[in-house]
Amino acid sequence: MSALAHRIGLRRRRSDRGVSLPVLAALAAACVFIVIGCLSSNIFAEQTVAGLAQGAVYASLALALVLIYRATEVINFAQGEMAMASVYIAYQLLQWGFSYWEAFFVTLAVALVLGIVIQVVLIRPVQHKSVIAVVIVTVGLFILIDGLVNWKWGGDIKFMQAPFGNKLYHVGAVTIARQDIGTLVITIGSVLILWILFQYTKLGLAMRAAALRPAAAALVGVRVDWMLAIGWGLAAVLGAVAGLMAEPSQFVLQPTLMQPILLYAFAAAVLGGLESPAGAVVGGLTIGVFLNLVGQYVHFITSELRLPFAFAVLLGVLVVKPTGLLGRGKVRKV
Amino acid sequence: MRVRAAGIGTAAAAAVVLALLPFALSAYHQALAAQVGTFFVAILGLNILTGYTGQISIGHGAFMAIGGYTTAVLSRDHHTNLVLTMAAAFAICFCCGLLVGLPALRLAGVYLALATFAFAVSVPQVPLKFSKYLGGSGGVQSAKTVGHLWLYGVSWTTAAVLFVLAWLILRGRTGRAFRAVRDSEVAATSSGVQLPVYKTLAFGISAAFAGVAGSLFVMGTNGFAQPSEFGILLSLQILVGAAVAGLGSLWGVLAGAAFIGLLPTVSSDVPLIGSTHGQDVVFGLIVIVIMLLLPNGVAGLLARLARTRARGLNRGSI
Repeated sequence: MSALAHRIGLRRRRSDRGVSLPVLAALAAACVFIVIGCLSSNIFAEQTVAGLAQGAVYASLALALVLIYRATEVINFAQGEMAMASVYIAYQLLQWGFSYWEAFFVTLAVALVLGIVIQVVLIRPVQHKSVIAVVIVTVGLFILIDGLVNWKWGGDIKFMQAPFGNKLYHVGAVTIARQDIGTLVITIGSVLILWILFQYTKLGLAMRAAALRPAAAALVGVRVDWMLAIGWGLAAVLGAVAGLMAEPSQFVLQPTLMQPILLYAFAAAVLGGLESPAGAVVGGLTIGVFLNLVGQYVHFITSELRLPFAFAVLLGVLVVKPTGLLGRGKVRKV
Repeated sequence: MRVRAAGIGTAAAAAVVLALLPFALSAYHQALAAQVGTFFVAILGLNILTGYTGQISIGHGAFMAIGGYTTAVLSRDHHTNLVLTMAAAFAICFCCGLLVGLPALRLAGVYLALATFAFAVSVPQVPLKFSKYLGGSGGVQSAKTVGHLWLYGVSWTTAAVLFVLAWLILRGRTGRAFRAVRDSEVAATSSGVQLPVYKTLAFGISAAFAGVAGSLFVMGTNGFAQPSEFGILLSLQILVGAAVAGLGSLWGVLAGAAFIGLLPTVSSDVPLIGSTHGQDVVFGLIVIVIMLLLPNGVAGLLARLARTRARGLNRGSI
């Protein structure tokens, strides 16, 4: 396995890890600030925990986007709608009498298959044409999925069983919802499982190879097309996890569930660096906590301005540091 | 020369048909045709930016929102003539486009798509925040509403004027600079095209067109400007229309506008899918199929037909 990695040059040199010292220092300073804030104010601590839970949802959707972007240089604008459709599948399974966790895992399996099918049938034919063609296909997919869900289940509000109940924990004077803890554990857990898959299994290595050096990978016998398709499948699974975990915090299920979350995930992915999976996770958590704290302490930023504010963050990052926190600059030949 | 004459002839024929059409249509179909005119203007604008200058934008619904609110607010507060509000929408959106174009200078490809997508999602939130002036989720009602025939006449006259304007811009020095930027930024810079100037200019012009479209759009919804009307789906529709039209061609725009304007109505007559949401399914499917089969849109198809029919005849520049 390491021989394969060596042969196609996947091992990076230590020097280009990409995390620059100022970025590390800034992240460390932010962490220290948040810890001090949590110790000195209960509201601050509650907002931080809630923000981390929301941020974990953004992070897993952002990670789904980054996986696809790294492998195929495509931004999947339909990622949020695919996640939303998965939640509706889970809803349907619950209606048929499955227990929540049975429905959860069956939904993930369905999402995996759907992701693979979408890549093979729709994306592969246009992949090597222009960026615009691929973007428009994913936009078409966005409209298609939106229409299908509205057609099958209708646009009205649905209620789903809450996976973690409404229990509250009290740590000192700080109140923490069981649901926030559950969301964090599930999303971060699935991200970790994915990381182990990519880092320590042969399939993961082949997928990384197919994404980073397709030609070389094909020469040593990796089936690049299939690896890319499986990548889409895994991204769809991550999206489904994000959707299922996002639903309880919204309390209701409707077809627009993931549209704002997709924007936060975009902001998270860009903040972390579109090429960097670790960046997506860091970016997601950062955005979640940051938006919550800003919403709490800056009175001008009311809930209506949450989206425009995320847009401002996204734009700011793109203008000041387009490679994001953990991304690396690209050298382009002219 | 022969091609240009043919082009002008086609345009004139189209103008005559469009001028006579309303007399053969019912009021309902006049409104529908007016809506096609609205989309025509919006797609024309997006095509200048995406088709001719190579800068992708998923945010044109936001410029339409700005234009639409300009019309509604001016009409509500100052009883301005609706045609004049279109000029105001043009000017305001031109400035907004320049402002959005400035940060866009540093972005390309997917990054620009992301930023404009976020712009499109964000702008409809602004009326909710400043509900005192912009009416919140209930929207702004302009002081005057218009009839179907009036709307038809104004939207297609505007479309014709803006079409000629786009043609004039694109045929000359500016249009050549735009196309040079699209084809190769490096080559364009080395030939003396100033990238920042032309990219922001393209954004400004394109946004101004979208703003006028937004103003027509509001007139078409009985003078109501509402945040929910300008959601992300509108931006996606315009992008889809431009893709169906074929990027980098003015002739396909009519097909693209008819596609997004008429398809929902046409498909609702088909049994089995005849619900409001069945339309979206058909719409999404057709978009994907068109991108798979006709990656250059209707314009690409026309060009291919023209090539096979008359080889050796030079194609027109537009």
